Amino acid sequence: MKSTIRKATPQVNQNEGLIFEKSSPGKAAWKLPPLDVPEVDAAKLLGEAERKDLGNMPEVSEIEIIRHFTRLSTWNYAIDLGMYPLGSCTMKYNPRVNEAVARVEGIANGHPYQPEKISQGALYIIKTLSEQLIEITGMDAITLQPAAGAHGEMTGLLMVRAYHQSKGNARKKILIPDSAHGTNPATAAMVNYAVENLKSDSRGMVDFAALAAQMNEDVAALMLTNPNTLGVFEQDIHKIADILHAKGGLLYMDGANMNALVGKVRPGDFGVDVMHLNLHKTFSTPHGGGGPGSGPVAIKKALEPFLPTPVVITKPDGTLAFNYDRPQSVGRVRAFYGNFGMFVRALAYIQANGPDGLRQTTEDAVLNANYIRKGLMGSYDLPYSTPTMHEVVFSDRLQMKKGVRTMDIAKRLIDYGFHPYTTAFPLIVPGALMIEPTESESKEEMDLFIDAMKSIAEEVEEDPQTVLNAPHSTRVSRLDETAAARKPVLRWKPAS
Amino acid sequence: MRYLPKSPADRKAMLEAIGVRSVDDLFAAIPAEYRLNRDLNIPRQMAESEIVDFFRQRSRENGEDYTSFLGAGVYFHYRPVIIDSLISRGEFLTAYTPYQAEISQGTLQSIFEFQTMICELTGMEVANASMYDGSTAAAEAVMMAVRLTGRRSVVVARSLHPEYREVLATYATHQGMPLAIADFANDGRLNLAELEKSITPETACLIIQSPNFFGTIEDVAAIAEIAHKHGAMLVVSIAEMVSLGIVEPPRQADIIAMEAQSFGVPMGFGGPYCGVIATREKYVRQMPGRLVGQTVDKQGRRGFVLTLATREQHIRRERATSNICTNQALIALMVNIFMTVYGKVGLKELAKQNLAKTAYAAAQFAKFGKVLFAAAPRFNEFVVQTSEDPSAINSRLLGHKMIGGLPLKKFYPELGHAALWCCTELTTRTAIDTAAGLVAESERSVRASRDEDVAEVAR
Repeated sequence: MKSTIRKATPQVNQNEGLIFEKSSPGKAAWKLPPLDVPEVDAAKLLGEAERKDLGNMPEVSEIEIIRHFTRLSTWNYAIDLGMYPLGSCTMKYNPRVNEAVARVEGIANGHPYQPEKISQGALYIIKTLSEQLIEITGMDAITLQPAAGAHGEMTGLLMVRAYHQSKGNARKKILIPDSAHGTNPATAAMVNYAVENLKSDSRGMVDFAALAAQMNEDVAALMLTNPNTLGVFEQDIHKIADILHAKGGLLYMDGANMNALVGKVRPGDFGVDVMHLNLHKTFSTPHGGGGPGSGPVAIKKALEPFLPTPVVITKPDGTLAFNYDRPQSVGRVRAFYGNFGMFVRALAYIQANGPDGLRQTTEDAVLNANYIRKGLMGSYDLPYSTPTMHEVVFSDRLQMKKGVRTMDIAKRLIDYGFHPYTTAFPLIVPGALMIEPTESESKEEMDLFIDAMKSIAEEVEEDPQTVLNAPHSTRVSRLDETAAARKPVLRWKPAS
Repeated sequence: MRYLPKSPADRKAMLEAIGVRSVDDLFAAIPAEYRLNRDLNIPRQMAESEIVDFFRQRSRENGEDYTSFLGAGVYFHYRPVIIDSLISRGEFLTAYTPYQAEISQGTLQSIFEFQTMICELTGMEVANASMYDGSTAAAEAVMMAVRLTGRRSVVVARSLHPEYREVLATYATHQGMPLAIADFANDGRLNLAELEKSITPETACLIIQSPNFFGTIEDVAAIAEIAHKHGAMLVVSIAEMVSLGIVEPPRQADIIAMEAQSFGVPMGFGGPYCGVIATREKYVRQMPGRLVGQTVDKQGRRGFVLTLATREQHIRRERATSNICTNQALIALMVNIFMTVYGKVGLKELAKQNLAKTAYAAAQFAKFGKVLFAAAPRFNEFVVQTSEDPSAINSRLLGHKMIGGLPLKKFYPELGHAALWCCTELTTRTAIDTAAGLVAESERSVRASRDEDVAEVAR
């Protein structure tokens, strides 16, 4: 084989069964202190409601638990190990001070219903982060309550609906470009709006003529990702906003790609009426294998009456409080106040950066994407030549001739020590390779990535089977997903 | 900036390689009139030590050394140290959703174990990988029942957490799902006669909580029978998972929507927490959220993948079961480790301690105040009615660095001067005695002033 894999070396790792397979009666990892109140008879107190048996819950010791999860952890790839260029996911470094401050006693152990008098610290964090996100987005008001991006989309569209309703007509549909994330149409459906597709033009941007033709007084809003999922900034964004506003519609911005904009341009300045942020993307809170996220929604003044309850206010005596008296509110979208622990982390991230750091971060993210674009041109097909912001989308058109698809290249990249890019998205690019390096990658790491991608492109020409059979270095080879879906095994059961 | 791994020379070399003169050339696509030509108006870069100081100060302003009797959907249980040791491993903390199964087996196997343990504890057949929290899980479970039955209206127990009810109302508003309320009886449990009357042929499901918002355990079997008799589904919300160590799970339910915060998740002023939905196998294709399934690789080795994705938004778009994408994976891992630490025996012992502390506390409070709903079984919460407004009593408790029970006036005005108190294994007898003593003092002084009034009138 011609390839030289420079970044990674296969290494022995430990086998590990399911925790249930290690369990045996009498082992324990817990110890309770002696009871300082009288023992009770559960049967007497609970009657028929008393539970007698906890089924197949495991019984294991502490060292086994440590080894179990440590071994499992070594089977994962992670940002801490290397570049994780998942397009649209913004896999950036997760600063450790964020984790430390989220665990300070009064922050980690605050109860959401403790009296406001002794919640001033938490309220101050909510207020400060809100103000800073408003400044960063150029919007007028914000709610931090939504638990993730898609939840933020729902909250945003609820406010859009309430806004139109207050004008006497909730309207019927939401326009969504064909390049959008799947959450956008799924959200519109949850808020009972019909989805109307909007096609992209040859530059990968909103087709202007199509928008003008489709826009009418039935349209509540356009949901637009900017930069869009091709990593392309919608240059005519102000004209798009004008078309919508002229017919009373609103411009919703999916802020998934805000990492391309922070400190350089503000959505509130280019006509956006409502947008969500992903604190777990742009603002460095860890993805944790799929969450928790946090999806604040920032809005223009006209939508403020509809914010979810409660909102934080400053009382005449200068103390902070929750205000529930919001008659036009869309209501609550989650119990309590949202994923507060993520607010703490995001605020710590903004503090560490300051205005110059945030701007430099954005510049580096865009610089990195363009460096990769330049480095891979020629080796991979670039379907849209429009300038790239924070991510670049190639296609597998050249490799397809040898029967190799984007997912195969992705799997081979694993052998080279990288996490794959996003495959097969956006849908407007058949066989897409969607690459977002973020600002967290050094020049050295990206040079290794570019070398790896080029080496794979050569392998495709000379030895496509190696790519088609990849990965070769992982604990398991490609898994049978069809079998998993056809006869789902969704839990362990004891051998009978 | 300390998080950015590039020297000025690196940046220069990269710009040269790209073929542009300055980084601003890369932002040329943004129309000039919208570019921000100033610094953002936020504070300057802070050193790590300054950031730590800032949050320590906020912590001091946030009641960090108070003893609390608050529950109401958020519970203060001991968190074994190894939870944070393990979830802090970068391979868990800084990984994305496990879409690339070959390099995500750690996350995938742990979710598979999580799903298994949730099934064992709830008596259900399948559980998902997590939802945002208990409130949104409850709303999504109701929407699932609506899809499964083809009916649209919903009966909601008034003893379901009031904020869960608010969230459900928000989700239901635009789905054309009318909500009816079923009230509780004098024992704090659902009024079964009234409940039956509120079910119509259009009722998709009934949603209750057990232990309910008052800590009272519902007669799930009887409620399920009523629901099923009318062709409706039963959705049970569980907000206090520790109860499952000693309280029979609602096996008769069709869908269980949980908040697993109790299992090793910091209270964190309201989140992040861990919702979960569990149900019967036959309903799995209408379940929202991610699912991990077992399969084999090309060599026949056991492995795990995300499965049944055709339910989800990235495949099905506007026809998905839900718009949920990011869930609460890392929090589910905390819950998973907690369940593993306590296991089959520890969970039961833990739950028994909660039961004992609460029984003791309720008895102490009953000596002076009135403990409501005493006839029905309860887990670790109880409602105390006092002569004085509980907010006033709580102000005095604060002086003793104690946070009293949650005043219920806002949610249940008809209960008068009532508050919801909670004890866990961490509540000490001394704290209980002090709090009960202060409530007793309040009762004595109210009674004494009443006696004076009576004496005054007599004179």
